[in-house]
Amino acid sequence: MNYFPDEVIEHIFDFISSHKDRNSISLVSKSWHKIERCSRKRVFIGNCYAINPERLIQRFPSLRSLTLKGKPHFADFNLVPHEWGGFVHPWIVALAKARVGLEELRLKRMVVSDESLELLSRSFSSFKSLVLVSCEGFTTDGLASVAANCRHLRELDLQENEIDDHRGQWLNCFPESSTALTSLNFSCLKGETNLAALERLVARSPNLESLKVNRAVPLDALTRLMSCAPQLVDLGVGSYENEPDQESFMKLMAAIKKCTELRSLSGFSEVAPLCLTAFYPICQNLTSLNLSYAAEIQGNHLIRFIQFCKRLQRLWILDSIGDKGLEVVASTCKELQELRVFPSDLHDEEDNDTAVTEIGLVAISAGCPKLHSILYFCKQMTNAALITVAKNCPNFIRFRLCILEPNKPDHTTSQSLDEGFGAIVQACKGLRRLSVSGLLTDKVFLYIGMYAEQLEMLSIAFAGDTDKGMLYVLNGCKKMRKLEIRDSPFGNAALLADVDKYRTMRSLWMSSCEVTLGGCKRLARNAPWLNVEIINENENNDVMERNEEDEREKVDRLYLYRTVVGARKDAPPCVTIL
Amino acid sequence: MENVGVCDEFVNLKATELRLGLPGTEDGGEEERQKVSCCKSNKRAFPETEKDIESTGKTKPASPPKAQIVGWPPVRSYRKNNIQTKKNESEGQGMYVKVSMDGAPYLRKIDLTVYKQYPELMKSLENMFKFSVGEYCERERYKGSEFVPTYEDKDGDWMLVGDVPWEMFVSSCKRLRIMKGSEAKGLGCGV
Repeated sequence: MNYFPDEVIEHIFDFISSHKDRNSISLVSKSWHKIERCSRKRVFIGNCYAINPERLIQRFPSLRSLTLKGKPHFADFNLVPHEWGGFVHPWIVALAKARVGLEELRLKRMVVSDESLELLSRSFSSFKSLVLVSCEGFTTDGLASVAANCRHLRELDLQENEIDDHRGQWLNCFPESSTALTSLNFSCLKGETNLAALERLVARSPNLESLKVNRAVPLDALTRLMSCAPQLVDLGVGSYENEPDQESFMKLMAAIKKCTELRSLSGFSEVAPLCLTAFYPICQNLTSLNLSYAAEIQGNHLIRFIQFCKRLQRLWILDSIGDKGLEVVASTCKELQELRVFPSDLHDEEDNDTAVTEIGLVAISAGCPKLHSILYFCKQMTNAALITVAKNCPNFIRFRLCILEPNKPDHTTSQSLDEGFGAIVQACKGLRRLSVSGLLTDKVFLYIGMYAEQLEMLSIAFAGDTDKGMLYVLNGCKKMRKLEIRDSPFGNAALLADVDKYRTMRSLWMSSCEVTLGGCKRLARNAPWLNVEIINENENNDVMERNEEDEREKVDRLYLYRTVVGARKDAPPCVTIL
Repeated sequence: MENVGVCDEFVNLKATELRLGLPGTEDGGEEERQKVSCCKSNKRAFPETEKDIESTGKTKPASPPKAQIVGWPPVRSYRKNNIQTKKNESEGQGMYVKVSMDGAPYLRKIDLTVYKQYPELMKSLENMFKFSVGEYCERERYKGSEFVPTYEDKDGDWMLVGDVPWEMFVSSCKRLRIMKGSEAKGLGCGV
């Protein structure tokens, strides 16, 4: 029973924006469910195949902002076939047909076509914001339609997408009347950019706060851009491998000095050291710095730069910074919250003494008390270091450690890293995301199951000894949502032990493990509310037609997820849905 | 958690039994001591490693070959591609490799991308070092010369120049070495 009229309740709900909270509200009563769903503006769908667009629209007719995620996370590492799925087109078609007043669309790991973008641009007159992360399937022609037709476009943010650059004039397609841009990111485009069109666009966008250009924007153009947009807060620069001459350098520095609002800096797919120094004047204001694409720049230049960045909260860097560099970060960046250290040598070709080790990690943990999120690629690790890190930083929410060599033990004791990771999960009571690596037995999973009470996402590779490992996790981690496992000896016993567990999870990925076709088939029979997808290496469609003996055959890749709409119809031949 | 009440070829009930002890204690230990390989299929590039957690002293697990494992390290393709192009382009728009010749006092560097095929490359090397390699033929390799051009490939192996298609050579060649004399005989003649 409601004590207030519906409009009042709705008004109160307006203050509640978190998806989780909104979901909770809708469970209170039928009345609240109705009020909530009719007033909900923003919807987040973590797996685009868990629901379909028609049901989405039916439940949330006032939808304004939609976030969709498609391919599973391991698609980032080429473990999912290109044609697996995650097409946004049917969503746009349905939303257009239902005349939903869509204003914002955020997609991650989805397949987007030019046709989809064209339809999008023509169907939603109030469309304001398009954010595409790790998507593919479209070209600059699609961008041209968005630029041309979305009259109220404020945000066009393209992060790490594979875009076919037709080197057309998509930037020219923004009409002269378009002055509302607040955010423009085309850093992932590989081709030439129409500099004149870009400069005109930036000049007529007084509200532009975030600008990230691609590699093809040279230094003098950057200088001009910064000069006419001193209000920028977030800047992504291009590629500057050649040292600028004196005059260009002075002009650049002058333009940079004017950008007093600048807080975030990225890009730098190549940067000559002198060029980097032009940014010194604004270093002290930076809260976010991404130099993780600057493969050629040497550690000492990076260190010199970072020494000025005392307010840094977020740092993405390459391991060329070295342990010494991380020690500098630890003593300089006391506000640091998030650190990502990426590998610069991906094929282990060089005997790299300057890469980072456990020493750098310990230094950071000791020096940066606010650190809560880390992604760290390194060549070696020790239990002692991890135990120290856990003691120093009990506030980790995200802890992702990737030791480059699979199965590598503690390099001082040759033991597994069970104790080190055990210390992390025991100390970090708020840990939500964890990636483990190195030599690990079932014991580490016992620890994880026992202590990682808030853990929502766990990534396992080359770890564990028996099914018990996976069972410890499934039984212990009550809040687990996404579990992804590769090259680990977990099989049917673990997979089938508690089928209902998968009701509480978004998805499970297992590749190169011990699960067999028979085990997967049984799971699919016992859980009709799951889509159990088998992805084969060869595009073999006749999995079902093989005789019984093949039930013992191991499944190469298994991806299962809960869904309310049954098996999807758009699976390619290499995917079998049991 | 309920156990699946079946014990058959798919489900090994004993494996699901969770006891209060840590793995490696009492009769849980026997299972642990078995050599476990997570990669039995020969599709995977990764060899078996012995995980003996009861061991005292240092165990030395076989170090894995530096073969590329699919999707490892877990770095996004976008990022991998960007770093790659960097490494290639940083060679100054070319593929410069060092060339050494046995007996020569110093090395040279050449840009492989300026050549279209082997004969051009050989001619250039001959000019550079003032020698002759003779004729290359499938059966007898480099006939009529005491010099044999070899190269080090991505895996660190020394190969005879000319065996693989040109493009494959350019993409895998890390350095060149012109061998001379008796060392050359093994490679050069009718292998």
